[in-house]
Amino acid sequence: MNVLRSSTLLRNLAATAIFLVIGFLAVYSVDEYTAGTVAKLALYICAALGLTVLVGGNGQISLGHAALMAIGAYTMAKFLPSRTDDFGQVSIGVIVVGLILAIAVTTLVGAVIGVAAARLRGPYLAGATLALGVAVPGVTTYFHDTFNGEQGLPIPVPRLPASLESAGWTIGHVVALIAIACAAVALLLMANLKRSAVGRHLAAVRDHEISAQLCGLSVPREQVRAFAFSAATAGVGGGLLGLVIQGANPHSFGLVLSLSVLGAVVIGGLGSLRGAIWGSIVVVYLDLILKDELKVDPNAPAAAYGLLLIVVMLAMPGGIQGLLTRLGGRLPRRSAQPQGGN
Amino acid sequence: MKTTIGTGRVARPGRRTALATATLSLALVAAACGGPGGSGGGGGGGSVPGVTDDTIKIGTTQPLTGPAAPGYSRISKAMDAYFKHVNAEGGIHGRKVELLIEDDGYNPTTTAEKTRKLVQQDKVFAMAGALGTPTHTAVLDFLRQSKVPDLMVSSGSLSWNQAEKYPNTFGWQTDYFREGKILADYAKKNVDGKTYCSFGQGDDLGADGVKGVEQILGGDALKAKESYSPSNTNVAPQIGKLQAAKCDVVFGFMIPGFTALALGTSAQLDYHPQWVISSVGADPLSLKAYLKENAEALTQGVIAANYLPVVGTDDPWAKMFTDIHKEYNDGAELDYTTLHGYCMAYAIAQALAAAGEDPTRESLVKAIQEGKVSAGPSPTPYAYSEDDHSGMTGSYISTIDKLQVKPLTKPLVTDDADGAVEEYDGEAEEPPSNGVPE
Repeated sequence: MNVLRSSTLLRNLAATAIFLVIGFLAVYSVDEYTAGTVAKLALYICAALGLTVLVGGNGQISLGHAALMAIGAYTMAKFLPSRTDDFGQVSIGVIVVGLILAIAVTTLVGAVIGVAAARLRGPYLAGATLALGVAVPGVTTYFHDTFNGEQGLPIPVPRLPASLESAGWTIGHVVALIAIACAAVALLLMANLKRSAVGRHLAAVRDHEISAQLCGLSVPREQVRAFAFSAATAGVGGGLLGLVIQGANPHSFGLVLSLSVLGAVVIGGLGSLRGAIWGSIVVVYLDLILKDELKVDPNAPAAAYGLLLIVVMLAMPGGIQGLLTRLGGRLPRRSAQPQGGN
Repeated sequence: MKTTIGTGRVARPGRRTALATATLSLALVAAACGGPGGSGGGGGGGSVPGVTDDTIKIGTTQPLTGPAAPGYSRISKAMDAYFKHVNAEGGIHGRKVELLIEDDGYNPTTTAEKTRKLVQQDKVFAMAGALGTPTHTAVLDFLRQSKVPDLMVSSGSLSWNQAEKYPNTFGWQTDYFREGKILADYAKKNVDGKTYCSFGQGDDLGADGVKGVEQILGGDALKAKESYSPSNTNVAPQIGKLQAAKCDVVFGFMIPGFTALALGTSAQLDYHPQWVISSVGADPLSLKAYLKENAEALTQGVIAANYLPVVGTDDPWAKMFTDIHKEYNDGAELDYTTLHGYCMAYAIAQALAAAGEDPTRESLVKAIQEGKVSAGPSPTPYAYSEDDHSGMTGSYISTIDKLQVKPLTKPLVTDDADGAVEEYDGEAEEPPSNGVPE
């Protein structure tokens, strides 16, 4: 017990293990269709975890996160297809390599964007990242030979090990397991990051740039770092989205996706990792419940979603995690949520 | 300083460890029981998914919201109206057709989700008339893996005609390649202009269409080839380039909104080429909805391909669908996009009927491959065979005159390779008296 209390790593490992077990159980207990929505939830969590570190943890903003996710998906689409077997499938090992590659490429691009972002503040940064998000279809059409324009590129499905297949597992289940595992790794890394020196540097820059500078921190360097971290998880989220829909195309990575992920972060509670999980659950399931269960007008989810954002901003600016904390009153030092530079 | 990040917190290790142990042991118990739940609910006892004694369930994905909705949401309403008519007439082989329409907002991610829902949760017998090239491309592999028949895809991409790779997927409307060939053949013989150019959507619609044009006119016949992305509504740069290249005949492969933009933009630039456009972007009523009071002037004399019966004439099919439209749909003027939905639904009903008294997924695919779906309302016959999964074999050429479609030629047919464009003089079929295929 005392070890857990004193060691951040062990504590985070325990939390990650819980996340993994719950996630695996969820995948295990549902049919193939629902496994697909679990996978979608997991990839939203991946992207939201990084974005919450960028927005809540470092005080920057990105309205174009879908573009980074697209880079992850297109990296997978470029890497995987040539490695398929006769059935058009690839082994899980190759997919893991593809995801790592997706992270590497997206991190690199994120760092480059971060350099530009570090020079911009407030609305200018929002505008620049928004432009990035809107540019995806244009880029894929312009470089038609490389990205196959509007239709995009196919991404092969994982090959099931024979033992799993005979036990009744499907491709949908395996993709969901991969997504849960990725989200768990992202959760572990981001949780450790928050409690590390780097995390404190990011927070210092967010709270007061001049003070941070006076303490010897390089503001641009911390901002580029934050962008790179969030790009990494966006990359893995995008790669996973590609796996789920078996392809990468510009329509899937539009403005709606950028805003959904940002919405998940805000609804969950800016800067809170657990909030990113709650927010993703709300964003993924609100749509499903309204459309599939209640059969409301197809345009209603978008309206409900906008309404929810307004309500959250007015009634509980700390998001769901902030509300939980207030209700519980158990974690006094984490009470009020975002402060300082944003 | 109070911050979110970088503060310590009081852990509650006791509760957490207990929770972890509990969930872990649950997981072990579950793992000991074999495979994941819910996946064994397929067809037990030789039953066919989606088919009962008195119903047959089919699914489709359509853009009811989002950018493509204003034009295309009418298609699924027409399909729905037609199957209501079929059911009122007693259904197909005594089974009522249950059409499940899912909205994908023209977003392939949603298409993938909704198609999975239709197949895995609703357990449809077949997918039918799913709309859109980028959207449906995203689910081809999934449908192959799930072995679900995928009938009459509502798009003219050549991708649906890959019988070896996707044995269950069938196209329906005349593909863009054939239309490109037919338009080019007509332009070569009947239009005065000498400088040919093209303007098309940045997917198969543009690419396949241009390939068809080049098949007839030669590889370097197009002086300028411009394309657009549907998410960017500024087409002035591309139209400007066509003008600079002094193109006097422009082959257009566009959706209605972009036909309207192209016509409007070129008029603004005082540039007046002869537009020769594919059927998907040529419905006068859709263009009127975009161009409003300028519609008649801007569309006058545009040459277009058309694969549907002519509305407003004594064509018995157009009359039949107009009647169904009045009874089961909103009854507004029948436009060609809506007619597309009716004709497609008819072809789907033909396939379901041809699959036999006790349809299976195999008998459905076999019936289409054996050519049991006759032309029906389509002016040209279908190409369906074991190795050819493309749909209609041709179109007639028409011009838009006072916002009406005026045919200029007989139906013209051609193939998906280097064959010539020929007139089709087969007999037109009569519609069945009750409007339901036998």
